[in-house]
Parts: sequence; structure tokens; C-alpha cells
Amino acid sequence: MNEFQDRRTIQEIVRNARTVAIVGLSASELRASHFVGYYLQRHGYRVIPVNPNEERVLGEKVYPSLADVPEHIDVVDVFRDPAAVPEVAREAAAVGAGALWLQFGVISPEGARVAREAGLAVVMDRCLKVEHARLLGRMHWMGFDTGVIAGSRS
Amino acid sequence: MDEALRDFGFNTRAVHAGQRPDPYTGASATPIYQTAGFVFEDTESASAYFNLQEYGNVYSRIMNPTVAAFEERLANLEGGAGSVAFASGLAAQAGLFFALLEPGDRIAVAKALYGGSTAQLNHLARKLQITLDWVDMDDPEGWRRAVTAETKALFAETIANPGGNVLDIELAAAVAHEVGAPLVVDNTFATPYLCRPFEWGADLVVHSATKFLAGNGTTIAGAVVDAGTFDWSNGRFPSIAEPSSAYHGLKFHETFGVYGLLMKLRSETLRDFGAVLAPFNAFLLVLGMESLAVRMDRHVANALAVAEWLREQAGVSAVRHPALADSPYRPLVDRYLPAGAGSVFSFDLESGRDGGRRFIEALSLWSHLANVGDTKSLVIHPASTTHRQLSDDELAASGVAPGTVRLSVGLEDVDDLLWDLEQGLRAARGSTVAA
Repeated sequence: MNEFQDRRTIQEIVRNARTVAIVGLSASELRASHFVGYYLQRHGYRVIPVNPNEERVLGEKVYPSLADVPEHIDVVDVFRDPAAVPEVAREAAAVGAGALWLQFGVISPEGARVAREAGLAVVMDRCLKVEHARLLGRMHWMGFDTGVIAGSRS
Repeated sequence: MDEALRDFGFNTRAVHAGQRPDPYTGASATPIYQTAGFVFEDTESASAYFNLQEYGNVYSRIMNPTVAAFEERLANLEGGAGSVAFASGLAAQAGLFFALLEPGDRIAVAKALYGGSTAQLNHLARKLQITLDWVDMDDPEGWRRAVTAETKALFAETIANPGGNVLDIELAAAVAHEVGAPLVVDNTFATPYLCRPFEWGADLVVHSATKFLAGNGTTIAGAVVDAGTFDWSNGRFPSIAEPSSAYHGLKFHETFGVYGLLMKLRSETLRDFGAVLAPFNAFLLVLGMESLAVRMDRHVANALAVAEWLREQAGVSAVRHPALADSPYRPLVDRYLPAGAGSVFSFDLESGRDGGRRFIEALSLWSHLANVGDTKSLVIHPASTTHRQLSDDELAASGVAPGTVRLSVGLEDVDDLLWDLEQGLRAARGSTVAA
């Protein structure tokens, strides 16, 4: 586990975030980013697609960059080449986002450092959909280890 | 809700992992969801479940909440990302190799293997055009000599049945990863309480959950557990990394990351094999696993006491328990199985095939049957049962002597077990006089 997979940080983001900008959200239903965007929408998050190559994805207007998004962003969720992450991190800081979330395989220690120094919470090499499904959703119905141990009814 | 922030111990997880109080009724024990299908909330949800966009129950041939409680508990105890249950250990193994392999592939397999697994792999090899490269797992160079550029998996048991050979997991994992193949370990005899192969580099674990996990000899069951760490996109596993024709072009590894193989095993392999675990059987497993650690401690202690006693008895020529001080496997036991080497082992009677038969017939407490890992002590004489068609020479070639007896030591009082074994040994030596 790296320093950007703190369990408390992950819990707070999953529980408290409302608006998620997905950088690199694909219009293809078979891409991981589309699975995540669809899932987050279903579970009540406001999903804002950011992708210079698309116009509408998942029924939402697509913005070419984070700077073009006209509302507050809680989480910037990144599906991009790791080399693009430091710039995305600077943009996320510039628009006042609360957290930078880098998906499975999007590993950029520099991008993570840039965001953290700007005061953002950072999670790296984790999936936002999986973490929601693990902590609040139904991932335990599929035989995955959620790590949730509880004998009380909360 | 800070429970996910704590690293709970093994016993706590054995009792709680995979099972939460039922949110609808408050039921404390795992409910048995004895249902074939699940009513969809609406059409949008139904298609999301079928498209794998949302985790939802569809049909009990693919998933079931009671079965999932067993799967999550086992995955948690092994330290894996998840698991997929099957109707038996052999079904789990067949399913895993069916998902991993393509015609023309090779797998390197330990020769010291459960006979049922050997038979199954030979069968799969013939039907699927797979080549098996058999490995002497006791030879430090064995794995390295066996692997080739076509090797797609290495397979062995943590503690081999019935020889008691102990796998050098770290060594086998290193060879596997040099050729970009996963190490698959059958952890049935150790259970995750005695050994967790993922901590030593293994990539996949299979179980016959029939044995110590169920614990009471009630249930046939199996499972595949994935550590979630193997890179299936290394160019060698197109069926996991490339678009799947069996799931409308989905790339399982890219889309689901560490959960890719598990998603494929469930939504394709289990779906198409149909060798699914029944909810009631899963309930028995969840119940059994709650006491896994407590039972294994007693199994280990009883087995070692029986092995040490047998060594001192007239008419016994060899005792193959890997934790005995002079066993060749003792260094590997110290490393990989510090809490004990399980409770299944074999020994040889000097009186051969006839002596073995007399031994079994004279026992009254030990049960003569073909299973292991029960609370009850079990015994079998291969030369008069599973291997009875073989000549003495053929027996020797399969690693079994005419007088070999396999024991699975249960949870009874050791003194009672020894009393009964003494009756058997007296008969094996040829005495017909009762004590």
C-alpha cells in the first residue's frame, strides 16, 4: 500500500463527495471509465465528464477541461496516462477541487505530490467505484473481500 | 463506522468476515437465501446487472448472497481480493484452468498431488490439448527445469496428499514470475490458518472446502481465491486481457483491474460450467469456518501426538508427518507452517497389503472412509481401496507402499485414538488375541 491509499481519506471521500468530475470519461460502454461513471451516477453522485473529444456522455454535457466546468468539484477522478497527471493536478488545484483520485494504474507520484501540496486529499491506484461498492454498496454480493467487519446493524 | 480502519485478527475475521447482520431482519446467523432467481427493481437495474455495470443478484447459478458470505470469508482469511465458489474442489480447479488456458498451453504440475487432481489434469490435457510437465517438487531445480515459454501456470499443493511433501512456495513463485505465469497453490491441507500462500508470492489459491474449512465432513465444496496481484496484461493471457467473445467484447482485466479474473470466472466460467455451490452448503461452510482456528490447533496437536506415538510401535516401518523432527520437510514446515502442518499424514505397516486389511478391520473408533479434514478421525488403506487394482510394482510407482495407511486425525481424545490404533496394529502384526 502506498501513502496515497489512506483508509480514512478513502472513506471520507466516498461518504462526503457529491460532485465528481471524471477526466478521460469515455463514451464507450466497454471502457472502465464508463463503468465507473455509470455506477457513480446510479448511486447519486453528480458526474461531470471532462474530455476534449466528446460532447455528451451518460446524458451529461462534456467539458474540454476542468477550467471550463462552471460549478464546484468535490473530486477529480482521473482516467488518463500517468504522464498527464501533474497537469491535471495543477488544474484541479486551480479550480479549488477537494480531492484528486487516480484510478487503477494511474500512478503518478509527482501528480499526487502536486495535488497534496495544494491542499487536496489524494488517492492513487484505487477505483472510486470499487471503494464505494466496498464500503457502502453491494460488492460483498460478488464474493469480493470488502474488509468490512461488523457485528452491529449500522 | 470506523470498523474498516482497523486491522482485525484472524479469529475475529473467521467469525465475522463476509457476513453482516441481515439489514432487513437483523438475523445474526447467515440467512440461507434458498432461491433460484432475484426480482429486479426495474428494467434499468436489470440491464445494469447483466452488463456488469452494477453489483446485483441475478441468478443463483452465477451468484447468491449466502454463497457470497462464504466466498468473502475465505478471500479475507487468505488475504485475497475475492473468491469464486464452486460445487467441489475439483470443479474449482477445472474452472480455473479452463479460464486460464488455451489449446497448446503447458502447465507445470507437482508430481506429488492428490490422485483425483492428477486424474482430472490428465483428462483436461487430453480434451483441451494442454501439455502437463510433471515436477519433482522436492528438487530445488525441479520447477526451473520444467517451465518453458509456453508455461501458463505452476500448480502444487501446500502440503501434498498423501505424501506430506511441503511446497517451497517462495521458490516456485519466483520461477513462475520469471516466465510470466501465475503460481496456483492448492491450500486445502493447510487452510489459511496454517499458511497463507499469497504472503509468499502465490497468485491464486484453490481449495477443496469439503475438508477443514467445512470441518465436519458435511459438504462437498470448492473455491478459487485470487490475490489480485498478477498482471494478466503481460501479453500471455489473451482470454483475460483481450476482448472476450463470450461477454460481448469486454476486456476483463482492463475494465475490472485486480478483480478482472474473478469477474471472468464468475460471469463466464461459472455461468457456463454450472458447477455452482448450493446456498445451504455455503451456510454450513460459513458456520464451520467460524471455528477454523480453534479446530486446527487441536487437529495439529492430535496429529503430531499420533505420529510420534506411531513411530515407537512395533510393525510400523515409516511415519511420514512433515513436522516430525527428522522429516526432510521440517525446514519448510518451520518456514511456511509454523503453527503446524495439518492433520493428514501416512505411515507404512511392515505387514504389507494383508496387514493393512487386518489393521483397518480391527479398528472400531476410526472411520474407514475416503475423506479427510473431518472432526472425526478417518483412515484409509490405499492398497485395498483406491489403488486396489494395482500390482505392488505399480503401487510403488505411484508412491504408495502395500502397507501404506493414510490418517486424517480428528478432534477426539488422543488416548482414545491411540487405544484404537493399538488394536489395529496388533491385528496387522498377525495376532488374533484380543487385549
